[in-house]
Amino acid sequence: MLTRQGMYLPEFEHDNCGAGFICSLKGVKSNNIIHKALQILEKLEHRGAVNADGKTGDGAGILIDIPHDFFVKNCEFNLPKEQAYAVSNVFLPKRENQRKFCIEIFEKHITEQGLDVIGWRDVPVDESVLGKIAALTQPFIKQIFIGKSNTILDDFQFNLKLFIARKKTEHEINSSKISEMAFFYLPSLSTKIIIYKGLLIPEDIKLFYKDLTDPLFVTRLALVHQRFSTNTFPTWDLAQPFRYMCHNGEINTLRGNVSRTLSRQELMKSDWFGDEIKSIFPIILPGKSDSAQMDMLVELLLMTGRSLPEVMMILVPEAWEKNPYMPEAKKAFYEYNSCIMEPWDGPASIPFTDGNYIGAVLDRNGLRPSRYSVTKDGFVIMSSETGVIEIDPKNVASHGRLEPGKMFLVDMNQGRIINDKEIKDEIVSRHPYKKWLEKSLVHLADIPPKKGPIEHQEDPLEKRQIVFGYTQEDLGIIIQPMSQLGKEPIGSMGNDSPIAILSEKPQLIYNYFKQLFAQVTNPPLDGIREELITDISLTLGSDTNIFKINEDQCKKLKIQNPVISKHDLDKIKNYTQNPDFVVTTIAMLYEVDKGLNELERTLIDLVKQASKAIDQGGNIIILSDRGVSKKMAPIPALLACSFVNHELYKIGKRARASLIIESAEPREVHHFALLFGFGASAVNPYIVNEIVSKQVKEQEILGFDYLEAINNYNKAVGLGILKVMNKIGISTLNSYRGSQLFECIGLNTKIVNQYFPNTVTRIQGIGLREIEREICKRHTSAYNTDTIDGSLHLDFGGQYKWRRSGEKHAFNPLTVAKLQESVRSNKHSTFKEYSDLVNGQSKKLMTIRGLFEFANFDPIPLEEVEPWTKIVKRFKTGAMSYGSISKEAHENLAIAMNRIGGKSNSGEGGEDQSRFYKDSNGDWKNSAIKQVASGRFGVTSNYLTNATEIQIKMAQGAKPGEGGQLPGSKVNPDIAKTRNSTPYVGLISPPPHHDIYSIEDLSQLIYDLKSANRNARINVKLVSEVGVGTVAAGVAKAKGDVILISGHDGGTGATPLTSMKHAGLPWELGLAEAQQTLVLNNLRNRVVLECDGQLKTGRDVAIACLLGAEEFGFATAPLVASGCVMMRVCHLNTCPVGIATQNPELRKKFKGKPEHVVNFMYFVAQELREIMAQLGFRTVDEMVGQVQKLNRNKTIDFYKSNGLDLSPVLHQVSVPEGTKVFNTEAQDHDLEKSLDFKIIRQAHPALFRKEKTVIASKITNRDRAFGAILSNEISKIYGAQGLPDNTLKINFTGSAGQSFGAFATKGLTLVINGNANDYLGKGLSGAKLVVKVPDSSTLIPDKNVIIGNVALYGATSGEVYINGKAGERFCVRNSGGVAVVEGIGDHGCEYMTGGRAVILGEVGRNFGAGMSGGIAYVYNAYDTFNINCNKKGLNIEGVKLTDDISELKSLVENHYKATLSPLAKRILGNWKIHLPKFIKVLPEEYKQALLRLANENLVE
Amino acid sequence: MGKTIGFLEYKRVDEGIKKVEHRLKNYNEFTVPLEEKKLKEQGARCMDCGIPFCHSGCPLGNFIPDFNDKVYKGRWKEAAQILHATNNFPEFTGRLCPAPCEEACVLGINEDPVTIENIEKNIVEIAFKEGWIHANPPEKRTTKKVAVIGSGPAGLAAAQQLNRAGHKVTVFERDAKVGGLLRYGIPDFKLEKNIIDRRLAILEAEGIQFKTNAHVGKNVSIETIKAGFDAILLSGGASQRRGIPIKGNHLKGVHQAMDFLKMSNQYVDGLLKMDSILSAKDKNVIVIGGGDTGSDCIGTSNRQGAKLVTNFEILSKPSQGRPANQPWPYWPMRLKTTSSHKEGVARHFSISTKEFLGDKNGNLKGLKTIEVEWIFKEGERPQLKEIPNTEKQWDCDLALLALGFVGAEKTLAEQFGLELDYRTNIKATTKDYTTNVAGVFTAGDMRRGQSLIVWAISEGRQAAHHIDTYLMGRSNLPLKDNNDLPRV
Repeated sequence: MLTRQGMYLPEFEHDNCGAGFICSLKGVKSNNIIHKALQILEKLEHRGAVNADGKTGDGAGILIDIPHDFFVKNCEFNLPKEQAYAVSNVFLPKRENQRKFCIEIFEKHITEQGLDVIGWRDVPVDESVLGKIAALTQPFIKQIFIGKSNTILDDFQFNLKLFIARKKTEHEINSSKISEMAFFYLPSLSTKIIIYKGLLIPEDIKLFYKDLTDPLFVTRLALVHQRFSTNTFPTWDLAQPFRYMCHNGEINTLRGNVSRTLSRQELMKSDWFGDEIKSIFPIILPGKSDSAQMDMLVELLLMTGRSLPEVMMILVPEAWEKNPYMPEAKKAFYEYNSCIMEPWDGPASIPFTDGNYIGAVLDRNGLRPSRYSVTKDGFVIMSSETGVIEIDPKNVASHGRLEPGKMFLVDMNQGRIINDKEIKDEIVSRHPYKKWLEKSLVHLADIPPKKGPIEHQEDPLEKRQIVFGYTQEDLGIIIQPMSQLGKEPIGSMGNDSPIAILSEKPQLIYNYFKQLFAQVTNPPLDGIREELITDISLTLGSDTNIFKINEDQCKKLKIQNPVISKHDLDKIKNYTQNPDFVVTTIAMLYEVDKGLNELERTLIDLVKQASKAIDQGGNIIILSDRGVSKKMAPIPALLACSFVNHELYKIGKRARASLIIESAEPREVHHFALLFGFGASAVNPYIVNEIVSKQVKEQEILGFDYLEAINNYNKAVGLGILKVMNKIGISTLNSYRGSQLFECIGLNTKIVNQYFPNTVTRIQGIGLREIEREICKRHTSAYNTDTIDGSLHLDFGGQYKWRRSGEKHAFNPLTVAKLQESVRSNKHSTFKEYSDLVNGQSKKLMTIRGLFEFANFDPIPLEEVEPWTKIVKRFKTGAMSYGSISKEAHENLAIAMNRIGGKSNSGEGGEDQSRFYKDSNGDWKNSAIKQVASGRFGVTSNYLTNATEIQIKMAQGAKPGEGGQLPGSKVNPDIAKTRNSTPYVGLISPPPHHDIYSIEDLSQLIYDLKSANRNARINVKLVSEVGVGTVAAGVAKAKGDVILISGHDGGTGATPLTSMKHAGLPWELGLAEAQQTLVLNNLRNRVVLECDGQLKTGRDVAIACLLGAEEFGFATAPLVASGCVMMRVCHLNTCPVGIATQNPELRKKFKGKPEHVVNFMYFVAQELREIMAQLGFRTVDEMVGQVQKLNRNKTIDFYKSNGLDLSPVLHQVSVPEGTKVFNTEAQDHDLEKSLDFKIIRQAHPALFRKEKTVIASKITNRDRAFGAILSNEISKIYGAQGLPDNTLKINFTGSAGQSFGAFATKGLTLVINGNANDYLGKGLSGAKLVVKVPDSSTLIPDKNVIIGNVALYGATSGEVYINGKAGERFCVRNSGGVAVVEGIGDHGCEYMTGGRAVILGEVGRNFGAGMSGGIAYVYNAYDTFNINCNKKGLNIEGVKLTDDISELKSLVENHYKATLSPLAKRILGNWKIHLPKFIKVLPEEYKQALLRLANENLVE
Repeated sequence: MGKTIGFLEYKRVDEGIKKVEHRLKNYNEFTVPLEEKKLKEQGARCMDCGIPFCHSGCPLGNFIPDFNDKVYKGRWKEAAQILHATNNFPEFTGRLCPAPCEEACVLGINEDPVTIENIEKNIVEIAFKEGWIHANPPEKRTTKKVAVIGSGPAGLAAAQQLNRAGHKVTVFERDAKVGGLLRYGIPDFKLEKNIIDRRLAILEAEGIQFKTNAHVGKNVSIETIKAGFDAILLSGGASQRRGIPIKGNHLKGVHQAMDFLKMSNQYVDGLLKMDSILSAKDKNVIVIGGGDTGSDCIGTSNRQGAKLVTNFEILSKPSQGRPANQPWPYWPMRLKTTSSHKEGVARHFSISTKEFLGDKNGNLKGLKTIEVEWIFKEGERPQLKEIPNTEKQWDCDLALLALGFVGAEKTLAEQFGLELDYRTNIKATTKDYTTNVAGVFTAGDMRRGQSLIVWAISEGRQAAHHIDTYLMGRSNLPLKDNNDLPRV
């Protein structure tokens, strides 16, 4: 494993995977099952990855029944009868002496437990199949056989002893300091199952482990797994499966889960373990992967006597909180267990087994595909894709899929599949959970309030506001709108202010933390449209012994929204009726005159007080900064909260109490998110309560009394926190709490280790001394400064809008004025003034690059540097959609960039086809880069075909991890046309790409897009954050051609202020990390690295280049060149210079010209050339990554920034000589094997002569994205028009791979006899797709899951007929496709904006969420529709209008014609009876839009 | 903040002015304020820009969007607070400022800018009317004494700030009344003198001492000042007038505009009788100099009943619109037509006076001019070139020289031993406003040369901060940043 160096941190490696199992229902053991299981992995090879050595996989393995007969035959010792002994592979050190050492320890502990070591067997392996990396870390592998000895132990007790023996051994060896201790590892230790795994690619497992091919080596079940790691430093022990489970996905909340589990250790007591219990701690070993750590907890919970399915329900609960239809008993079970354990949250599909049961669970979001098939001859096969094992259609008993929150279980002993309801009904009825809850769980809402004033007896609000650093902006821009509207305020145009460490203004400690967000390796979520899976309630009180299952566990106080008012807090403080809750308040104040030492001392004292309170039975601790005075200053609440949280962990008391923060400090969502993220269970922002109350009194807030207004504010914070959680893919606050999903920027290691342990901080910065200094500064200005009459009470702030003496902004009156003047007058001297201003001000602490200076000059004549015309080809303008900016502004940028051979970016909005052709004057409005973002607006085959580069926007600098929304009012008919949507219907960009929930999904989308245009480079846009380097490595392995690292500061468009300021990092850090990681992995040569984010001058570009970038993006600056004056009202449609507006009157005011943008690019290139000449670079290629040409500028002296250590950014990684540091070669996309080419060879008459042609072909799950290349060829010739309908028809048999029919264009009819995987009809562009059960099948189509998840994502036109059920998110963001299907999963028709969906069967939960256009007809035969529909904004009515009836009927008829669906036949056969069962779902917005269009006579 | 689409809904409306025939009848201000509803609408036109260029364009750094928003919402009191946070005397600037803020207004890029100045005036007037502006003497006094020499806007602003910091401030004024150019240079029709008095009463009530007829260096000795005060601020203005070194400039009837205006103001104030002042009544008046002072002479002459008023400007006639080389948001040199111009004057540009002609009694009877043109060369100062054969002779009884000022008067500089800069202003930088003599500071026109009232107030405020720091080691008095928009 690589150690940390430079910006690279190994803990940020991610993995995603392919997983599956196969078992024999009849319990027939065979060796063939192993072969088939491994075949599953081979068929999923495209979901895995191979490292730079071309041989080492990221790890794979297989779990099987213990093959007793095989061992009897192959062991040189006698074995007891089956299941009376345990066996495991043991990974041991390579060196014999150390091996012996480990074996002795292990045997000692086995004997201590009264067990017998029966014997050891050497595992025969073939080392020749290993790759270089795998061979280096290969352990010596032996097998141990352990008997029960003579005592009569039941199976549970035997396993308990094995567990204790193993744990003790692990702990002893781990603390032994032998050099090869990391080799020691037991994949399993069980009487039932055994695991064979390693750093292998699937096809090599059976070659390496020779046992596996022995005919006696038989099993009833086999669980298999292979990893796709973003990075290339895997280890043997992290290969999966683990002892009880394997995992496809990612546990985002890991940090919180692990620390809370550790804290609960203190409370653990068990008769079974007795005194031994301490010896098994820590339960969770540090430094393992999320899956490995979860497995360790699973194991512990099994030792508490809970069954494996129950444990899975506790760790991965379904979304019960907001489900009114869930049976009470089950809900009670979940609520009860939520008091014991927070969800291990994150996208997860978890196959598990203990040898008796084999099954899988899917988390509440259902973001990983899990398909299963049951065969008539008694096998169950489950895997990420269908079709991985070829089954004769006649042999298929059923096909199914795992649904969100559901469990799929096979009881191996009973030989049957147990459905979700049956398993869970049994589990939830074991204890009277509901009764326990009613008796013991207290709801804050149920405690009667006491009325009282909002103010305490304290110093005047005005003074305290200053102590806590309030500004006018806090009051006017943050608090007032939140209290008035109950929503977080939004802003535009990104952030051009310095990060906290570089700001000369005193900063609250919160500002030194940045929120982490999901990109690529896991998806962000949409808590608005998918509200039902979210929850922000928390419980307060002491945890209890996890081994006990009794009512004590739920003696807790539950708060629905833990952002509480002063009145709520009073309720808690005064809640004395219930002896279960003992509340202690501790003051977070210190004597300010005594300075730093006193602050440190007080912090320690806080912990002592808390600890004492706990010893005395306290279980709710309030940390309060009430009582600020001339003498006492507040301790930053976050500092106190985190410190007390961690110290209580350290002394083992954390689980016994909850922390409430009563503080004047928190006011923004970010503050609250941090407090919860570092351990708080409730927060009362009391000064905000007072401010709100004052604003109500002064009529700044209208229409609410102060309690309502405070409630609005609390609600807004709650929603904001939800968004922060969702950003990193977390659904519940219970698991977000304590998970520390932040990175520090500008805090030194000392303070972080002391007060915020386990938080990343990479460039050092200030410590407690400087923080104390800032507290003191604020305190002094409040208490020791006479107020001057006539001066304003509070500072303006200037964070959000520029003010003199406020926070600095890189774009300010002078820089804007100079830039505009220079590009309009084309005066180089004026540009020089501008760039001196920008570079100069940035050197005065504006940006990180400002702290650098060029070094190691080696001057050459300017003429020898490559010409500007060549350099500007590397320049790009930012992704701004037509829609976010006006047509004029959008085209202006495109023309300018085309004139100089640079690239403009379409943004997420499609593009009018007329722009694909040059104007008569030679200008070209075609955007070279076409963006593909989560909304997929206007992404068609023809759009992609006309791209030079296709950009996948994974995240956006201004608001990483969030979606967007274009309100209906902005979607005028022109915009609607380019976006292939309906005018006046609002358009939502979901937070995630619904076809990218993981790295292997991204790899798939890259494959899809590359297929859609082989000549275009695929660009993946990432936002700078810690770990972006490993993500970039993953993207390189996923075959992205260009990786864009965006700074946190860029971006137009609307974004919550929290995201604008507090998510993402400056590009300097992300770029350096990406460059270093890519070079370390020897992947840099395969990709182009691009950088953007407030690049403004040639100096900026030069620094980006030296840090590793070779292409450069500009957005704000070219807009300013075009006339933007940083109004920051892009979200209001009122841009007074005609840029970010669709108002025709305002658009007339656009005065930008292409030459302005050209001039800007020219000036920047010239400045770059001057720097290149100084440094001695003739070409940009020579310059890329040459960090030795940069130094920290020593002359900048500022007390805060002096502690910064930028050497990690300037770190030069040590790699073998000749390792390339810039792009030298193209990715091998492996398209030549595509099935499309085979078909194209046969389809000439259709393609070139438009002759009707029919072709038959087989298809397998490895044939992915069929139709994309074919459609690209058609688009090249015929443009958007495509071919006449049904020109080329292809009949497939088999299971189609992912993205079947992606971007398939007009004239194609693609029919599958069989089934298909995820993303069917993605971006469908006019083709007709049919999926039907094979003729020979006995399946009942409308009961059969025939296609996977996310079908028709972003479809713009075409028809789809599905003769069976589909998975989740059917028709997501469909804007024009017409689809008929016989049943769908959750979140159907989500974000749909146009087209038709006819669902002839059941719909899953949350149907129609965010649906703003199009019509869905649902055949509601089962009466489940009402329960499952998310009715917000939808009209639900019968199908009564004549037009509707005839439309519906003809669609059902078409379906029947295409598929011969028996269901369609039944319905049509008795149309009159069935018609009333149909429901028409018509979004209100769509209805209004149609009316408006009718009025405007735009509708025929 | 603000009304997001106010600028789309409402057009710019300036306050009304009375008709020429009415306003010429007296020296009173002649504006007609907008009703409150209209004022709020004007406030609503403010777009609350992400970068408020106005705020940068204002030498005081007025929080323009912030008070505009309060006006839009009718929260006048808060507006007045915000306004006074940066401006001691908005009633002066609200009337007299040429409003560089409006030239920098973002709305001004392609629409009429927000009526910032008028909003400012109305805020302060309403605040006075409501009694919100009243004396606020400092709670604590220091032991320090400061002398402010010169009672123009710079001196007054500094005095108020220093007094707020608790120092004992004495203002010395050589004339009989306090106010400097505000009182004696600006005609009443632009600033009625009760406006000054209203503010002075407050300053006095706050504890500032005013000594009038106290000409430091003449009837008050430098030594007294030095001995009696811990710090001294020189804010005596740039009162050295520019003359015209041509034949006949000694003739009777050739006068400095400032003398003419001062007498007229004293007359309006009741201090002088009509017959004892220099009057334009029934005269052919030629005002030489096309600036604000020239304009004031025109307005005054017309009120005094001049027969004919003519105005010469040596520079060429500026364009109506913004010149291309002075783009937004910079202050442009463009043709300014004041209310006085509209009251009757013939304006001539590119014209140079060559000679004054007199009768044998030494009375001015006419003057000779020639047309000129300006030659611009990159990197050089523009050259003035006379155009041959364009000489012209004019009848004239009264020539008023409104040619600007050339720096501070020498008295103070000489007696304090102060260094001057190359433009004969007293040398001090905006870094700390201190002269070469410790404890002696200077601000306003005396330091920067002739300029705007808004700059004078601004400098007075800054200097006060530095004097306070000089006295106390630190200062809580607000300090402006250096984010002023430059001139191009």
